[in-house]
Amino acid sequence: MAVNPSNQPSAGMFFPTQTPGTVLCCTCGVPMAPNPANMCVRCLRLRVDITEGLPRQATVNFCPDCSSYLQPPNKWMRFNLESQELLHFLVKRLHTRFSRLVTVCHAEFIFTEPHSKRLKIRLRVRREVLNGAVLEQPHIVEFVVHDKLCTPCSRLQANPDQWVAAVQLRQHVTHRRTFLFLEQLILRHGAATRAVRIAAAPHGLDFFFASRSHANRLVDFLNSVAPIHFRTDKQLVSHDEKSSVYNYKHTFSVEISPICREDLICLPPKVARSLGNLGPLVICTKVSNSIILMDPFTLRVAYINATQYWSDPFRPLLSSRQLVEYSILDIELESDIVTVAGSRYQLASVEVARMSDFSNIFRVKTHIGHLLNVGDNALGYDLFGANTNDMEMDKYKGLVLPECLLVKKSYEETRAKRRGKQRNFKLKRLEVEVDATNGRKGEEDKKNDEYRKFLEELEENPELRFNISLYKNENYEPSEMGSSMADVDETPSVPVEELVADLEDLDITDDQD
Amino acid sequence: MATRLQFENNCEVGVFSKLTNKYCLVAIGGSESFYSVFESELADVIPVVKTSISGTRIVGRMCAGNKNGLLLPHTTTDQELQHMRNCLPDDVVVQRVEERLSALGNCISCNDHVALTHPDLDRETEELIADVLGVEVFRQTIAGNILVGSFCVFSNRGGMVHPHTSIEDLDELSTLLQVPLVAGTVNRGSEVIAGGMTVNDWTAFCGADTTATELSVIESVFKLREAQPTAIVDEMRRSLIDTYV
Repeated sequence: MAVNPSNQPSAGMFFPTQTPGTVLCCTCGVPMAPNPANMCVRCLRLRVDITEGLPRQATVNFCPDCSSYLQPPNKWMRFNLESQELLHFLVKRLHTRFSRLVTVCHAEFIFTEPHSKRLKIRLRVRREVLNGAVLEQPHIVEFVVHDKLCTPCSRLQANPDQWVAAVQLRQHVTHRRTFLFLEQLILRHGAATRAVRIAAAPHGLDFFFASRSHANRLVDFLNSVAPIHFRTDKQLVSHDEKSSVYNYKHTFSVEISPICREDLICLPPKVARSLGNLGPLVICTKVSNSIILMDPFTLRVAYINATQYWSDPFRPLLSSRQLVEYSILDIELESDIVTVAGSRYQLASVEVARMSDFSNIFRVKTHIGHLLNVGDNALGYDLFGANTNDMEMDKYKGLVLPECLLVKKSYEETRAKRRGKQRNFKLKRLEVEVDATNGRKGEEDKKNDEYRKFLEELEENPELRFNISLYKNENYEPSEMGSSMADVDETPSVPVEELVADLEDLDITDDQD
Repeated sequence: MATRLQFENNCEVGVFSKLTNKYCLVAIGGSESFYSVFESELADVIPVVKTSISGTRIVGRMCAGNKNGLLLPHTTTDQELQHMRNCLPDDVVVQRVEERLSALGNCISCNDHVALTHPDLDRETEELIADVLGVEVFRQTIAGNILVGSFCVFSNRGGMVHPHTSIEDLDELSTLLQVPLVAGTVNRGSEVIAGGMTVNDWTAFCGADTTATELSVIESVFKLREAQPTAIVDEMRRSLIDTYV
């Protein structure tokens, strides 16, 4: 075997060919190629066993419930049998005992019956012997698999319904809009992925967690998206005095302010004064971690954050469920279009009549003049017919209420045509356990109706869509060209560019592979 | 014959001794056993001198010499130089060399006719080697090692080089030296051949770890089996008598 270094690129230098010679093995006298020990491999093997001192047996702990292996001290990792990851894990378990003596240069599984509770791996180990000669040798290690339930599994075994922390999220209003929106926010931000269980409760949701910090995380998240206040409580479940270990169940009682978007509010005099004599009749235009209030007659806007709100809480005078449809009979614009707090408004004087009875015609001021034309329908609060019994309103002497207060344009008529058809988007839902035993009659219909209204709101209001993920509806078929064109112009819908391809569907196909 | 021995539990006997055809230098050890092995083998033929060189015991690595002369490094003290001049035969020239590479034994390997030297040795030193030792000087490497004095050993009858020496190098070296060469090991696989053994034309001393196989290689390549201090004379006499009769 002639090695010729001259075929390496070396600037035209001449190298004579080098033929490695043979020497006699220093112990047995066999001719061989020289090596650092100058001893033939057989003699080397006889003299030194490089696997000496290496463990031939080891143990691993395995949780049969969740088929995961224990990485000491307390981490459980899930592997498939004979997978690369498991091999890596097993070799790593040997590392501390091997690394001082040898280097592992190859590892593979030897087949064992899955129920034999043995894992065998064949390693090729390398070690330096006698003046830098490196010897390589196979070495088989047998792992005995000990069954041991991991902490979460053993907890589950003892009581499958075990939780350590619960978040009781409540809003004391008659509708579920807030929760439908919050659900989307929570899904988008993965705020409740660690939840053991999510259950529906009257006026809200209960989230159950296996650890207090997971619950804390959800509360922190809620604090950043909604005007909430909360209190925490804990209950001692068990304790061990000797080792001073205490087990608690923690409860976070979280309340969201009852003020929702589009609610009509009569501000208490104290709050109105603190906001520079705003109102007192205001409309809530947006709710995030603060509440935005607007006076529809002057277009003045005020922000109230959660702490401000909860120091002087107030309730809505009328809420969006009480909106009544009006028909616009005449409109006189009173100002240019102005942008206030990111939305556009125009003051106008309109003549309106209730759709339900045209006998009363009112002339009122409105802040959404730019949206309305004669003949349109609009939704508004009927203060003329409303029987309000608000304590706050009584405090104002000589307050003149308008007969009606328009809040938004109504698309009911055009919507009616499309009802029953598919939308071009869909939303994910949280898996909420509903206690079906005390369901009232018509509850299901009411829920569906609320969900439909929520979807329509999403279509109308791009601001709402901003923070949530809408997925493409694969089943959606655009209706026939001719008839749909008119609809598209009038009824708001979600542009296709905003939709996200559904990852969930992909996941499902992956699992089946 | 080759002899196995060790210097104070150390098998690198070539480090602690220097053997030529005319004299033998031995390090001053804690016990007499090392010296006495040399004495018993060589005493009636050549002088065995106990000495240190520049205060160290590694005499074999510090000096280079053959039957014509002995080169000592510039660090050698005057007393040591004087002691060696006194003890060595009169026709052996003892010379101190002003050379930066003071471990001459590692840089120079020679028999009575040829010397291989470290490639970086001074030109003056090279001339001095040629003059004092009466040899032809070649700058060489052995299997890529520049310390030729450590990785090869040769007498007038044969030689042994580093085990990694290629066949081409082996041919070239044996052409230069005009003696048969073999790649081999001493001290159970050690490559530092000159460290593990010291040799002259009729005897060799190897480290105690040297295996029987290595020993047989050494004896055959240095032709030690038939060798006797008087073998040459015997042969000459036989031929003389042959012609005479």
